[in-house]
Amino acid sequence: MTAVSEPRVQASGDASRPGDPKRWGAWYVAEHELRRVPTFIVPALATAIGSPLLYLLAFGVGLASLIKTGGTSGIGGVSYVEFVIPAFLCAGAVGTATEEFTFGVMMGFKWNEVYIGMNAAPISPRQIASGHILYTVIRMAVTSGIFLAIALAFGAIHLPAGLLVLPIALLGGLAFGVPIAAYSATIREDRGQFAVIGRSVVLPMTLFSGTVFPLTQLPIWLQWIGWISPLWHSTQLARDASYGQVEPGWLILVHVVVLAAEFAIGWAIFTRNTTKRLNR
Amino acid sequence: MPSPVIEARDLRKLYKETAAVDSLSFEVAPGESFGLLGPNGAGKSTTMRMVGAVSTRTSGELSILGMDPNENGPDIRAQLGVVPQTDNLDAELRVRENLLVYGRYFGLSRAVVAQRADELLDFAQLSDRAKAKVDDLSGGMKRRLTIARSLINNPRILLLDEPTTGLDPQARHILWDRLFRLKEQGTTLVVTTHYMDEAEQLCDRLVVVDKGMIMAEGAPAALITEYSTREVVELRFGSERNADAAVTLAGVGDRVEVLPDRILIYADDGEAALSEAVRRGLHPITSLVRRSSLEDVFLRLTGRSLIE
Ligand SMILES: Nc1ncnc2c1ncn2[C@@H]1O[C@H](COP(=O)(O)OP(=O)(O)OP(=O)(O)O)[C@@H](O)[C@H]1O
Ligand SMILES: [Mg+2]
Repeated sequence: MTAVSEPRVQASGDASRPGDPKRWGAWYVAEHELRRVPTFIVPALATAIGSPLLYLLAFGVGLASLIKTGGTSGIGGVSYVEFVIPAFLCAGAVGTATEEFTFGVMMGFKWNEVYIGMNAAPISPRQIASGHILYTVIRMAVTSGIFLAIALAFGAIHLPAGLLVLPIALLGGLAFGVPIAAYSATIREDRGQFAVIGRSVVLPMTLFSGTVFPLTQLPIWLQWIGWISPLWHSTQLARDASYGQVEPGWLILVHVVVLAAEFAIGWAIFTRNTTKRLNR
Repeated sequence: MPSPVIEARDLRKLYKETAAVDSLSFEVAPGESFGLLGPNGAGKSTTMRMVGAVSTRTSGELSILGMDPNENGPDIRAQLGVVPQTDNLDAELRVRENLLVYGRYFGLSRAVVAQRADELLDFAQLSDRAKAKVDDLSGGMKRRLTIARSLINNPRILLLDEPTTGLDPQARHILWDRLFRLKEQGTTLVVTTHYMDEAEQLCDRLVVVDKGMIMAEGAPAALITEYSTREVVELRFGSERNADAAVTLAGVGDRVEVLPDRILIYADDGEAALSEAVRRGLHPITSLVRRSSLEDVFLRLTGRSLIE
């Protein structure tokens, strides 16, 4: 045993102190979560690199040859691979977000109770919620960034506006994932709720959000799924950016507003539920 | 008298209808070592969470370092060290990393945290396990890591909720020594424990809590004087014969207590009480005269049927 002596942590309140947790708390939470990345980096990278290649192969070589015979006017005159790749990129971000905002949240509250420890330190529940979001954004940015780089290299997305696909995909991931996080924060016992979300929300949303065929192909009584689906809005924006799909200005605005609103409302409720849950 | 670092007045916490903590009032002076004793469910951990500024009180007054936890939670927590009843280490990280991430929550720079982490690993005798996964540690080692973690910010007040549960005797004694040194440096300690010897060792003053209310308060020695006798005689007659023997023993010492396996005579002079028992014709299988302990006080206050 050695003598341990260091100046005490100052009573804060003065947010100008370097590194003050009042200002940087959310970043410290993200920093903590990023430290775990090495434990799963290999499979994560393999998936991040492998899946865009698979999509390109399947839809660029396989399915595209089949679809060409029917003409491409229904998808705006671009090749099928140009049509689906932005959608898969957005869906990938939604997938990462779903993982982090279901199991990731449950981990922190229950399976690996780190949120309780953070909260016993000067970190507020609001910062814990925001920090987890920040970490997830970073994780999505890396996987979606790899996807985008590969898509650009294969000409499935076009520069320079195609770069906008990255922030669009992240916004889509947050618009879907953060409201789910708000729900996850309320779950005390895992009774397969996340599997139910996967089957009854994520899967139908992925199929009916204009991802592999335009939303307008669906009967009107199914199109509402797309209208509320963050994935439809982000996919449409991504197409606008990646190959110049032409949509009226008001519709572009609607996409952005819906995504931002879903994210903002989800964030507020996630914060509230985290605060409630940690205050025992 | 310096102003208290913790002041609780009629502190109360309701969960639905039930009061986990029911009008607790106590004060802790700076540098004092204060104990919260009580049976399971007495409300000790709930009190610790309120003092730790993570659980909102239902009513009453609470001031920690002159601040109200409802208003200044993060400022209070910046100066606390917390050892919760159940460890909440990051099992996915390695031992040293747990200290690194935790130090950051107090706004410490990476360099300072790294240095403190090494010192604390040394203190917890975990230096050789620095790179081990937390999951691979034994229960006692995890406990030691949690205790080390609580010191990363050099807290002014250290809240220890059953700190030594799961520790081996060596680790327990090292921790007592360590806590004693912290106290010498002016750290205020608040401890809950189910080990009465630990409470006697560590606490300047303690409260015995039951069902969310304070049953007694004082220094360990004073509580023993107040609620027990100087000595206790333990007699065993065999379980069938204890009740009969108790009848014969009526009036010996201050108080006689019949337990399923033995009889206790509370007396200031244990040897004299024992002689009296023998004089009345009793022949215990075994007999033992010992000093009263805090455990006797605890059991008396928190229940066990007594023949007064
Ligand atoms: N989050 C909670 N929700 C509902 N009831 C709770 C909660 N936490 C504690 N309680 C109840 O409050 C009472 C006091 O619990 P507490 O954990 O404070 O006891 P304790 O003195 O620490 O006990 P132990 O010695 O077993 O650790 C118990 O009846 C418990 O069931
Ligand atoms: Mg407890």
